Amino acid sequence: MIELREVTKRYGATTAVDRLSVTIRPGHVTGFLGPNGAGKSTTLRMIVGLNAPSSGSVTIDGTRFADRPRGLRHVGALLDAADVHPGRSAYAHLAALATSNRIRRDRVDEVLAEVGLATVARRRIGEFSLGMKQRLGIAAALLGDPPVLLFDEPFNGLDPEGVQWVRSLFRRLAADGRTVFVSSHFMSEIEHTADHLVVIGRGRLIADESLADFARRATAAPIVVASPDSGRLAQLLAGAGARVARGADGLLTVGGLSAAAVGQIALTHQVLLHELRTQQPSLEAAFLELTAATVDFTASPTEGETR
Amino acid sequence: MITTAPAPSRISVAAHVDEPGARFRDLLGAEWIKLWSLRSTYASLSLIIVSAIGFCVYASLADYRNWPSYGADRRSFFDPIRDAFPQQAYLFVLLAASSVGATAVASEYATGLIRTSLAAVPARRALIAAKIMVVAGVMTIVGAIAAGSAFAISQAILSGRGAGWSITHPYALRATAASALIVPVVSVVGMGIGALVRNTAATIVTTTAVLLLMPFMVGTNRHWEAVLNHSLPVMAWERLIELPQFARFDGPYPASVTGAWIVFGAWPLVAAAVALIAVRRRDV
Repeated sequence: MIELREVTKRYGATTAVDRLSVTIRPGHVTGFLGPNGAGKSTTLRMIVGLNAPSSGSVTIDGTRFADRPRGLRHVGALLDAADVHPGRSAYAHLAALATSNRIRRDRVDEVLAEVGLATVARRRIGEFSLGMKQRLGIAAALLGDPPVLLFDEPFNGLDPEGVQWVRSLFRRLAADGRTVFVSSHFMSEIEHTADHLVVIGRGRLIADESLADFARRATAAPIVVASPDSGRLAQLLAGAGARVARGADGLLTVGGLSAAAVGQIALTHQVLLHELRTQQPSLEAAFLELTAATVDFTASPTEGETR
Repeated sequence: MITTAPAPSRISVAAHVDEPGARFRDLLGAEWIKLWSLRSTYASLSLIIVSAIGFCVYASLADYRNWPSYGADRRSFFDPIRDAFPQQAYLFVLLAASSVGATAVASEYATGLIRTSLAAVPARRALIAAKIMVVAGVMTIVGAIAAGSAFAISQAILSGRGAGWSITHPYALRATAASALIVPVVSVVGMGIGALVRNTAATIVTTTAVLLLMPFMVGTNRHWEAVLNHSLPVMAWERLIELPQFARFDGPYPASVTGAWIVFGAWPLVAAAVALIAVRRRDV
């Protein structure tokens, strides 16, 4: 169990994490979602004591991680697959980690086999693809057979088979009763893996609920309309109070009106329709809607930079 | 898609973490594996031994060949220690030795490996202390091999002219010990700078500047300059391999042998303290 209480992390004038309080429970895969720059990686680093919170407390099973002399039997963490020395072999990398935590050497062979790297164990990590490095990072996280596992963007660079494997691995770890905390900035990566979600934006907690509850947030589905006279139709719909967006493909996305109302307006004004459909409410859309206000548009030079 | 929560009885994984006690020697073992699993270690250690022996053979053979042409005055002033530990050799030795230390710490930060290491071993100072001890220990042995072989080979060559010394000669032992110990001394200095600078290339440049360039920039004619000069590890090494009959060339403020040994001790102690403090306080 991971507990964050009023955790704040400031870097100079920037607040990366802002009074975040959340509990990550065992037996679940908890997805950790937020746009880029939301503070996910900073939060994960604070959990394993790499970064010290400016205020607040982070504990794992009641203990500050940084107070433990050895970590691998308590928490397995894949924070960044690139956090390895490229000149070392995968085996030597894991052997050093295992030795430091007094983990028997044959466990190294076990985890290498489990992640599918047994045949390349003696190759230098510098020759590995990103997907292979992710697998190596997962192997390192599994070394100590820990009750708490953290994964920061573990799907990056994995092929579809790898994604499937990682998902089933996470579910299996949670079914063992472990705490599994997985960050991503894509809902699509998390929605088939996690059963609980923690969503943050600009360092603040936005949602902490089950996937089922989150799914209910998916708002009234927008309507998609195709018409050869879409410009006129858009004006008519907007005149009726709808929110209308015109895509590059000429399709109109309409919010605030039902499909029936859109069809009625088209009939009344003799506009030919080629397509009229209701989009499925998606978790991705709910996620985007929820975090839209918090996305940092870093391209803007006016914010923060100039003073 | 919404999975059921596992039964509470299965949450036993979290409750019982069977953990053996944390031992410092496990950290030594891990650092030992890390050191010997990098090709650069073998290259640097070979460079130390090859350049120490190569340059000493070159210098000794030159004196061996030219010995018949040396006059009585030159023979009486002949310094067999200089043939054992020529400056050119130690330029390479010190460069390689300080780079091993600098790389051992800085590359861990530069690659990001430090995050993996500290997530496995949250006891940060113990981790760095183990790294310093392993590197310093290995470098002491390498320094002893390099200096011991250089001394033995050079004196064997010079003994053909009756100009070689035995290691039991008091100045020979001191010079050989200093030439062996300067290797771990500069490697630990490299580790301290590495912990501050955290970038491999910048660390090597800084370490080289501090160790090898500073002696050229600091004179010995004014008192404060002489004190600074004598405080540099390479100058302390020069003092420790110097024969007493050459001391009159040392300028108005000569260094003492005791002072030189203190410099040998102080630099690595301060560097180790810096590394321990730096790793303790900073986010990684």
